[in-house]
Amino acid sequence: MNNAATRRFSRMLLQGLLSAVFVVALWQAIVSLTGAPHFILPGPLRVARTFWASRDLIFENALVTYAQIVIGLLLGIALGIWTAVSLAMSPMQRLLMRPFLVFAQAIPIFALAPVLTLWLGYGMASKILVVVLMIYFPVASAFFDGLMRTPQGSLDLAQTMNATPRRTMFHLRIPYALPSLASGLRLAAVAAPMGSVIGEWVGASTGLGHLMLLANGRAQTDLMFAALMALATFTVALYFAIDRFGVWLTQRYGEPAG
Amino acid sequence: MSAPPPAIVLEGEAAIAGTPLFAPLRLELAAGKWTSLLGPSGVGKTTILRLIAGLDTGAQFSGTISTENNAPLAGQIAFMGQTDLLAPWLDVSCNINIGARLRGEKPDMARARDIIEGTGLGANRHQRPHTLSGGQRQRASLARTLMEDRPVVLLDEPFSALDARTRAEMQELAGTLLAGRTVLLVTHDPGEAARLSHYAYLLSEQGLERLDVPPGPPVRAVDDPATMAAQTDMYRALRRL
Repeated sequence: MNNAATRRFSRMLLQGLLSAVFVVALWQAIVSLTGAPHFILPGPLRVARTFWASRDLIFENALVTYAQIVIGLLLGIALGIWTAVSLAMSPMQRLLMRPFLVFAQAIPIFALAPVLTLWLGYGMASKILVVVLMIYFPVASAFFDGLMRTPQGSLDLAQTMNATPRRTMFHLRIPYALPSLASGLRLAAVAAPMGSVIGEWVGASTGLGHLMLLANGRAQTDLMFAALMALATFTVALYFAIDRFGVWLTQRYGEPAG
Repeated sequence: MSAPPPAIVLEGEAAIAGTPLFAPLRLELAAGKWTSLLGPSGVGKTTILRLIAGLDTGAQFSGTISTENNAPLAGQIAFMGQTDLLAPWLDVSCNINIGARLRGEKPDMARARDIIEGTGLGANRHQRPHTLSGGQRQRASLARTLMEDRPVVLLDEPFSALDARTRAEMQELAGTLLAGRTVLLVTHDPGEAARLSHYAYLLSEQGLERLDVPPGPPVRAVDDPATMAAQTDMYRALRRL
């Protein structure tokens, strides 16, 4: 299994590199063929040069954004897990909370972000909250679905064994639901960077989203692209790490095929 | 076993959404004996087993389930189903101890080791279920049932998913290891009922019909002529319905 995992990892890495080379080549081809001015579409080489020249500026802003993403992700996941478990434990809470959750999900976070900035100010807190709100629902609903899908036979068995509901939750229902949690985490990994940048666009004094907005306003398109690269690289790395964790969860707690 | 196995009597009828499932009947499980319940699918065999186990059935049952010692059945029952219900993330040893874990008790590791040896899983103790064969998984399920050490054991078609040879082996193992308990075996298989039962009944929409079992104590040999004859008679009774 470990060998297979290593093989899978190297194949994914190779595929990623190949498609990156392809995209960069395509990008350069478009720039060369259309002759677009650099403030409309800078070429990859120009972006790379700007990235290196502005590395301190980008790094400084990236740290803020990365921190918002990671903190928001951890808080959102914890909150989502807690909600799923308490909903699964109590039919009363399900009755009261579920319609509210669906309603909350129906509000576009983008529309909420200005209010959050108004309430929490221009600092990191408002961005973290946007991240939390973006990932909370996918995590909670994926995990909750998993918790409600424990095989009935196992629950029957637990009942004949005189298990308490709490112990059944921790020793059967949660482990059975961990593979479902993994799919919620993957959604969260994609949504979290988006949430942070949305928060920064609405109002911030630091962060990659703020830097992109600033660079765009000054027609420094190459700097905007460089900031975008810093964000995209982190998003891909984050997704990759969480995906690996999800695969591990599924193999450890699910029934591995074959 | 902590307590002597009780006799159990179920009396009553059941309906699903107003449609009768089985007519009024009286099923007696003799203390410390194997009682088999044969019958076509959908006639309520599993419902009867689940009623005795105190599990949800989706049917309305009007009647009584009483024990000879008048003790409540909850806590006296161990259950083994058609699927092994092993937790995929736990190894054999932890799966067998899951009852203690679910009750918050300390598992009796020495007893678990004995039971694992007794069910022939000594070499598989630390394997996870997906690495086991179907027969080994059902052995682990039997071991978990034994670990519960309950005087009443309810078996719901526990061997029906196994191949013929493994099924015969498992019947012998279960018959030996569960001897002396009050056992209800729900099965589709007349051969299984003929090998394992002290008493056998046929459940149909008309009610309960007592079937003849071969002489001699179970577990009976597969090729024993009396057992084969009883099996044929049971087949005939099933076909008559």
